[in-house]
Amino acid sequence: MPAVIANNLTKQYGKKKDIVQALKGISFEVEQGELFGIIGPDGAGKTSLFRILTTLLLPDGGSASVDGLDVVKDFKAIRHRVGYMPGRFSLYQDLTIEENLEFFATIFNTTIKENYDLIKDIYQQIEPFKDRRAGKLSGGMKQKLALSCALIHKPSVLFLDEPTTGVDAVSRKEFWEMLRSLKKQGITILVSTPYMDEASLCDRVALMQNGEILSVDSPEGVIASFKQPLVAVKNDNMLQLLNDLQQFEGAQDAYPFGEYHHVVLKNGYTGPAVADYLRQHHYEHAAVQTIKADIEDCFIALMKSEKH
Amino acid sequence: MRTLRFLLQKEFRQIFRDPSIIRIIFMMPSIQLLILPWAADYEVKNIQLSVVDHDHSQYSRQLVNKVTASGYFRLQDYSGSFTNALQQVEHDEADLVLEIPADFEKKLIKENESTLFMAINAINGVKANLGGAYLRSIVQDFNREVRLKWVQLPRFNPELQVAVTASNWFNPSMNYKYFMVPGILVVLVTMVGSFLASLNIVREKEIGTIEQINVTPVKKYHFILGKLIPFWILGLLILTIGLTISWVAYGIMPAGSLLVIYSFAAVYLLAVLGLGLLLSTYTSNQQQAMLLSFFLMMVFILLSGLYTSIDSMPNWAKIITRFNPVTYFIDVMRMVVLKGSGLKDISSHIFTMLGFAVVLNTWAVIHYKKRS
Repeated sequence: MPAVIANNLTKQYGKKKDIVQALKGISFEVEQGELFGIIGPDGAGKTSLFRILTTLLLPDGGSASVDGLDVVKDFKAIRHRVGYMPGRFSLYQDLTIEENLEFFATIFNTTIKENYDLIKDIYQQIEPFKDRRAGKLSGGMKQKLALSCALIHKPSVLFLDEPTTGVDAVSRKEFWEMLRSLKKQGITILVSTPYMDEASLCDRVALMQNGEILSVDSPEGVIASFKQPLVAVKNDNMLQLLNDLQQFEGAQDAYPFGEYHHVVLKNGYTGPAVADYLRQHHYEHAAVQTIKADIEDCFIALMKSEKH
Repeated sequence: MRTLRFLLQKEFRQIFRDPSIIRIIFMMPSIQLLILPWAADYEVKNIQLSVVDHDHSQYSRQLVNKVTASGYFRLQDYSGSFTNALQQVEHDEADLVLEIPADFEKKLIKENESTLFMAINAINGVKANLGGAYLRSIVQDFNREVRLKWVQLPRFNPELQVAVTASNWFNPSMNYKYFMVPGILVVLVTMVGSFLASLNIVREKEIGTIEQINVTPVKKYHFILGKLIPFWILGLLILTIGLTISWVAYGIMPAGSLLVIYSFAAVYLLAVLGLGLLLSTYTSNQQQAMLLSFFLMMVFILLSGLYTSIDSMPNWAKIITRFNPVTYFIDVMRMVVLKGSGLKDISSHIFTMLGFAVVLNTWAVIHYKKRS
């Protein structure tokens, strides 16, 4: 049985004239023990979706279940089983690390000791500061504490809403490693993020935009679905280069990507054709290489195709 | 039970870790009770008096002496022209002008009758009213003294006279502090009970911690009780501090039993805590809660009978005062502290307050939702 099932969920905010359709019929399934990523830009509806699944928000239409329990009818039972880490740090800033953890353990009717092995790896890193107030912690430490608090009652499904937003690159990497090890303990994890590069770290990812899910697939599957040729181009005058590349008749799309520009070519065009085109436009030293699409290219292509 | 205990423990930890709350709890009652009763004074003193004496006789001087010796007036100016004195009024240096006519003494002795003129600056209504009344009674007194001296009264007064002697029950010396201090104390308890509690809950909303609590299996009533009980205790603590201060600083010892005050306060706090809870469910940040609190506090204080008597309010205002919990507590405080009323005398007040408590708390609990 899937751990999370969403079936045509809809939610809208506002009244009469000013209606925002946050979710427009979301359906997906998450298998037990899966690390499931929901990738989408800000305003895609990720938080609304999470709030519905964690029983904080009532959906306008559709149904959803977590651990086989309906989010509307069995919300009380679900609250015992899920861990939720909101995007914004929302623990008690005036309580210490230990007090916060103890507090959340107690309201779930358990103790730190009972589930210590589950949070050990994470909690040990902040344990030396356990008498420090939560408000005085660094971003990375706050995040670890929040994760510990969300895990202390041994949830079967863990919801992490943009856990890596505003966290430095090293802490981000660490955090994903922690999620990997949690997955080994059999916890189903749903994580939302606006960073596309994090998608490849999930078992499966759903791409979300404007309240709709564009695709659900494994990272490999997403990459495999990208069929068109792709080249990376680099030169001195990057801005002018981008404009010229977008003019190229064989280019379906061109966008900046790190220190390169990526150009998605229409079928039938290849890398040398791009090099020829650039030479005609007096780019003597332009470096052109054909590359394999990575997951970000796939998402960009998906999001753009959806807009047209 | 364990959950509730832990919620309470957490709440107290947070309260006692917040230095501003500690300051409010201990400084607010001390400062308000030590300063306000002296300033919120009904008696008008230091009325600036300007005397225009056209007579310069022994009697006129005696009269002026008597007026200034009363302690209510300060002789600002002693001049010979009314225009002069009026200028003083215009410059706001005099509140009252007493004009003594040129033949004051002569007429008084020869014709047994004389006139005085009084001009009052009515910009400050209370001062003008009371100042005029004080001066009138002093002049009357003076009048009696003179008559006693000059007129051999017959054994029975030819004119029929009704003499009125007043005795102030329950507050013999009419010490206004006796009824101001308990009233101010009520306002303090109300502020802690409702507004501090509502701010506390709204703060959880603002920081987002309430979200984290809402996804847990904590029951609604656990959470609400966890918020109400600490502030209920704080309210009683403030009351205790306040009663101690009024005993030490003003020697006010309730004529009735302390138990009566505390039992009413216990019920009263339930009602105002319910109000606080209700405020917090209707506001989403501390700023909104603050503004709403200010608004309500103004209404509560001015329509509670703390400064002005409810009996002199128009009918519609009287109806509003009946929906104001502060009114009842002030009434009870004055009854118990001054009159020594017992539980039986205030039973109707207690039942009304219970009604308030039930209505406000039910409303708040229904309106508080763990999910939207």
